[in-house]
Amino acid sequence: MDNKKNPLSFHLDVSDFLPADEREKQSMVVMRESVSFWKDGFRRLRKNKLAMASLVVIIIIMISAFIVPSFYPYSYEQQIRGSENLGIMEYSDAEIERIKSGEEVFPHILGTDSLGRDLMIRIMVGSKISLLVGIVASAIILVIGSAYGSIAGYFGGKVDMIMMRAVDIIYTVPDILIIILLSVTLKFPLKELADNVKAFAWINTVGIGLISIFVVFSLLYWVGMARIVRGQVLMLKEQEYVVAAKALGASDSRIIKKHLLTNSIGTLIVTTTLQIPSSIFTESFLSFLGLGVSAPMPSLGSLASQAIGGISSYPHRLMAPAIVISLIILSFNLLGDGLRDAFDPRLKN
Amino acid sequence: MSGYIIKRVISAIVTLFLVATLTFFLMYLVPGGPFLSEKAPSQQTLKALEEKYGLDQPIGVQYLNYMKRLIRGDLGTSLKMRGQEVNDIIKTRFPVSAKIGLMAVILAICVGIPLGSVAALNRGNWFDRLIMFLSTLGIAIPGFVVATVLMFFFGVRLRILPTFGLTSPLHYILPVAALAFYPTAYISRLMRSSMLDVLGQDYMRTARAKGLSQFKALFKHALRNAVLPVVTYLGPMLAGILTGSFVVEKIFTIPGLGSQFVGSITDRDYPLIMGTTIFLAFLLITMNVIVDIAYKIIDPRIKLK
Repeated sequence: MDNKKNPLSFHLDVSDFLPADEREKQSMVVMRESVSFWKDGFRRLRKNKLAMASLVVIIIIMISAFIVPSFYPYSYEQQIRGSENLGIMEYSDAEIERIKSGEEVFPHILGTDSLGRDLMIRIMVGSKISLLVGIVASAIILVIGSAYGSIAGYFGGKVDMIMMRAVDIIYTVPDILIIILLSVTLKFPLKELADNVKAFAWINTVGIGLISIFVVFSLLYWVGMARIVRGQVLMLKEQEYVVAAKALGASDSRIIKKHLLTNSIGTLIVTTTLQIPSSIFTESFLSFLGLGVSAPMPSLGSLASQAIGGISSYPHRLMAPAIVISLIILSFNLLGDGLRDAFDPRLKN
Repeated sequence: MSGYIIKRVISAIVTLFLVATLTFFLMYLVPGGPFLSEKAPSQQTLKALEEKYGLDQPIGVQYLNYMKRLIRGDLGTSLKMRGQEVNDIIKTRFPVSAKIGLMAVILAICVGIPLGSVAALNRGNWFDRLIMFLSTLGIAIPGFVVATVLMFFFGVRLRILPTFGLTSPLHYILPVAALAFYPTAYISRLMRSSMLDVLGQDYMRTARAKGLSQFKALFKHALRNAVLPVVTYLGPMLAGILTGSFVVEKIFTIPGLGSQFVGSITDRDYPLIMGTTIFLAFLLITMNVIVDIAYKIIDPRIKLK
C-alpha cells in the first residue's frame, strides 16, 4: 500500500475497514462497570462518616416521630389524672398501686407536664410536626423555585429581567417580619375557607396552623431556590445537548424538564436538604413566640416555650425538646454538607 | 458609583412601599377588625370605635389615609395601650433594644474574627477542630435554646448573673451573650474559610518572599482581604439579631422593642404590630442599603452593576 498518502486526499484508506483482530477487540473491552451519577455520589457520601452518622440520626428520629407514636401506650393529648408534674421515670401513687397489684404500667420516660401529659410522646409528636414542616415546606419551595428559576433562566432576556427583578424585591423584604405578620393574619381567612368551602375542608384535618406555616414559608423562601436554579440553567442551556434537543424539535417544556432540571439534580437535592433545617429553625422560632401550630398539638418550639416558666424545678422539660431540635437541625445541616460534597462539589463555598 | 447608589435607594423605597402595602392589606384580612376580643363590645361602641379610627370608610380611602400618615412618619395609635402613640412606644422602647443589639454585634465581630483567623492559621489541629465543632453546633442551636440554657445555668443554677430586667451592667451579660451566639459562630466559620482562601493566594507568597514579617503579612495583607465576606454578612446579621431580640427580650423580660412586638402579637394589637413591622422593615432595609454601598466602596474589585 502507498504509505505516502496525500493528507488532503479524499481517497479512502481500505485498511480502516478491515475487521478488528483479537488484540484490538481486547483493548476496547470495558474493564470496570460504568459508574452512574447516583452510584458515584453515594460512593463519595458513604466515605463521609459525619454525613452517614447524621443520616442514621435522622432515620432514628423519623422512626420515633412517624412510627413509634402509633403504638405508644400514651397519646400526646391524653391527660392522666393524678400523674401531673412527674419527674423522669417517676410513677404517680395510683400507678404504683397498679404496679403492686401486678399490672404493667408503661413508664413516663421523660415524666409528664403540668396537665399530666406524657412528655416523651409529646416530644415525638412535636418532632413529627417539625419534620413535616421542614420536609413539606422544602418540597413546596423546591417545586416553585425550580419552576420559576428554570423558566427565567431558559427564556432569558426580558422575561428573565422582569422575573428576577420580582425575585430581587422579595429577597430584600425582611422575611422574618413578613412571616410573623402572615402567621398573625393568615389563620382567619384560612379558617373561613376551610369552614365554608367544601373543597378546602381538608385544611381543618391537617390543622390551620400547619397549613398557614406551609403557605408562609413557600411564599417567601422560594426566591433563594429560584436564584440558584436560574444560575444552573443559565450555565446548562449553552451545552451541546440542549442545542441537539432543540434541533431535534423538542419543545421548551421538554428541554426544561428532561435536560435542564435533570442535569441540575445535584444542586436541587443539596439546596432542598439544606432548606429543611432552616425551615425547622424558623418554625421552632414561630412556635416559641406562640405563632406556630395550635394547641394541643405540640411542636418542639412550643414545648420549649411552655417549659420556660418552670425551668428552675423542671429543667429537663426544656432540655429534652431543645436537644431534639438542635439534633435535627445539626444532622440535616451536616447531611446537606455531605450531599453537597458528594453530588455537587462545585457548590462548595 | 452614584448611579448604583440611586438604583439601590430606589429599590429600597419600592420594597418599603410593598411591605407597607402588604402590611395594610394583611391587617384588613382579619375579620371583625382589631376590636374583636374576648369581650365583644356592643354594637354602638363598636360603631363609635370604628368611626373614631376611620374603619367605617371604604378600604381604598382607608389605604390612602394610612399611606398619607405613613409618609408623615405617623404610625398611628395603639389599641390596647390606651391613647399611646405607636411612635412614642417605639421611641421609648427602641433605644433599649438598639443598645443590646449593638453590643451583640460588637461582641460577635470581636470574638468571631479572631477565632476564625486563628482556626485558619492552625488548620487541621485540635484548636481548629474545636472551633469548627463549636461553630457548627452554634449554627444548629436555635436562639431560644441558647438563651434559656444560659439563663438556667448562670441565673438559676449558679446564681451569679441576674436574669431579669436591665438595671445594672451585670444584667447585660446574659442577653448580649445569647444574642451574639449565633452570629459569632457564623462569623468564625466565614472568617476561617475566607482566611484559608486568602492564605493560599499568590500575593501572600509574594509578601513573604519580599521579606515581610509574618506579623505584617498577616495583618496588612491577609486579614484585610479575608475580612471582606464578613462585611457582606453584616446585613443578614442585623436581621438575625433583630429576630433574636424578640426571643431574648421575651426570655429575659427586657423592656425593649422586641418584647413589645411579641407582646403586641399576643394581644392582637394590630396598629402596634403594623407600626413596629414597618419601623423594623425600614431599619433593616436602610441598613442593608448602607452595607451594600459600603461593601462596594471597601472592595473596588466588585463590579458595579
